[in-house]
Amino acid sequence: MRKVTKNNLITFGITLGFFLLFGILSATGVLGSQLSGLLIPIGIYIILAISLNLTVGILGELSLGHAGFMCVGAYVGGIFSIITQDTIQPSWLRMIIALIIGGVAAAIFGVLIGIPVLRLRGDYLAIVTLGFGEIIKALANNIYVAMDKNGLHFGFAASISDLDAATKTNITQGPLGMKAPQDTNLLLVVIVLMVCLVILMNFIDSRTGRACMAIRDNYIAAQSVGINVTKYRLIAFVVSAAIAGVAGVLYSHSITSLVSKKFDYNLSILILVFVVLGGLGSLRGSVIATIILYALPEIFRELGDYRMLIYAVVLILMMIFNNAPSFIMLRERIGASAPVQKIKGVFTRNRNKAGGAA
Amino acid sequence: MMSFVSYLVNGISLGSIYALIALGYTMVYGIAKMLNFAHGDIIMVGGFTVFTAMSTAWCPVWLSVVIGIVVCTVLGVVIEKVAYKPLRNAPPLAVLITAIGVSYLLQNLALLIFGSAARNFTSVAAGAPPFLTVFDDGRAPQFFTAVPADAAKPILTISMETFLSITVSVVIMIALTLFINKTKAGKAMLAVSEDKGAAQLMGINVNGTISLTFAIGSALAAVASVLMCSSYPQISPYTGSMPGIKAFVAAVFGGIGSIPGAMIGGILLGVIEQLSKAYISSQLSDAIVFLVLIIVLVVRPTGILGKKINEKV
Repeated sequence: MRKVTKNNLITFGITLGFFLLFGILSATGVLGSQLSGLLIPIGIYIILAISLNLTVGILGELSLGHAGFMCVGAYVGGIFSIITQDTIQPSWLRMIIALIIGGVAAAIFGVLIGIPVLRLRGDYLAIVTLGFGEIIKALANNIYVAMDKNGLHFGFAASISDLDAATKTNITQGPLGMKAPQDTNLLLVVIVLMVCLVILMNFIDSRTGRACMAIRDNYIAAQSVGINVTKYRLIAFVVSAAIAGVAGVLYSHSITSLVSKKFDYNLSILILVFVVLGGLGSLRGSVIATIILYALPEIFRELGDYRMLIYAVVLILMMIFNNAPSFIMLRERIGASAPVQKIKGVFTRNRNKAGGAA
Repeated sequence: MMSFVSYLVNGISLGSIYALIALGYTMVYGIAKMLNFAHGDIIMVGGFTVFTAMSTAWCPVWLSVVIGIVVCTVLGVVIEKVAYKPLRNAPPLAVLITAIGVSYLLQNLALLIFGSAARNFTSVAAGAPPFLTVFDDGRAPQFFTAVPADAAKPILTISMETFLSITVSVVIMIALTLFINKTKAGKAMLAVSEDKGAAQLMGINVNGTISLTFAIGSALAAVASVLMCSSYPQISPYTGSMPGIKAFVAAVFGGIGSIPGAMIGGILLGVIEQLSKAYISSQLSDAIVFLVLIIVLVVRPTGILGKKINEKV
């Protein structure tokens, strides 16, 4: 068996095992209702983390607008489900269509955003994705959709007044948000998560994935061997956006009230924390980090206030220990290997023996 | 017409605050080639320091401002020494994530100490008369005069805070330009930003110069925090993040690494924001600001005054 396949199977097994174990515990009532309620958000956050890992870990570009793509998926999927609530039955069929539509919508946004954004690199790219995330949030906060017997009504920045009172349904009301049908259940989340894992594993192990990693490791060298840099970056960016959109659909159908405020910069950073602490480029790391970092503070309630503080300190320390030239030299001297050796930029000359001078 | 003038003046006032913050970004970017994400949160720390000094320790305004500047300067230098210096030759992604970590750390520390609710910040110019009032009944415009209670509503009022923001920013910008072009330390900064290695060979203390840059940037952030919290009299742990990001947009707009660029970019961005708030939509003004950034980066990635840097292989 190939090493990659074996590795992927282990990741797959860990994820499935975790949800099987806790799913059974929750179904038999051993797990309290509070902890059972964590399983669906954990699944959704894992999908977000592994999709962001594609951009940050494999493509090597920092995206700070991941919550924006989630927002697109959540809104589009939610609006679709509310419109077709009475026409498409059963609910699981409607939910599957909503997932596909939400994912496609997020992918379209990914293309629209990716074309200008991917002309940039590094810090600029990070700040522009942040800007796009904020723009999407602001737009979602101002959109009004309603339905009556004459069809759909859209409004922007003002509520819709000319509705037929008898048959009207408000779908989304600007800052008040919307209420999508509660179609997400644990089984669905686990199935979608597994599908996303398989897609990402195969993506990373494909020609496209290797091209992305080549671009990450050395942009200019990748270009000079004939890799179409723009194309592969766009592909990875759009796949990442689409999966985030799917997670958004699951999210909007799992909470009672969806508001755009939720999809802010802090959510993007939280997902980034999961990805970085799990190890850039490692799907298994993202899965494990998300489970631990999401569940621990809920279990140790008294830690609650210090949670973010601890994340921040760990984030800084990990970056310094893994990337500071002096620490890398120290580690080489004592012969220990780095726990995470995924980030290799143009500047890691002394470590990158095979690459030579960058 | 008068309302347009009022929006314009408010825009210039907001823009000069952005320009002060953007100067910090652009100087650090020029010299350390890194995006200091924590810069916005240094503004917040400055605001809270001045707030605490004024409301809890009952310090006079000037002393509070001095304390705020000192705390921010020290904080900026400490952050540079502890978090950024070890990573000086590390991959850019690692530096960026560290900066986000520092920003996150400061925000959550403030959250633990002060809580998430916004506090009311007492303006440093509280009780002062407005700088300018204009009436439409033929009277001459009044400078530094309190409006009498029985007077008709003035058609244009420029508050003391607005006047202070613009004046202080202009003075600081002139002083900074003189400092960089005329003094030895300033010229050392220019040399380090041009070529770190060559500067070191010429006997310039590179580490000291980088620390000095962080110190100046953070001190400017402290001044900006006082001006901002006086004009928009509220403070919370999240106060700094949005203005910080917008100031970065301003720095990019003007051309990152360029000091006059940061000033022009900041003022333009402030005017754009205020005018779009007034004439387009107040809820979408943030979105419009970011749209400006995206258009600038797509059309002219180096900004208004930026230099094109060719990547060396």
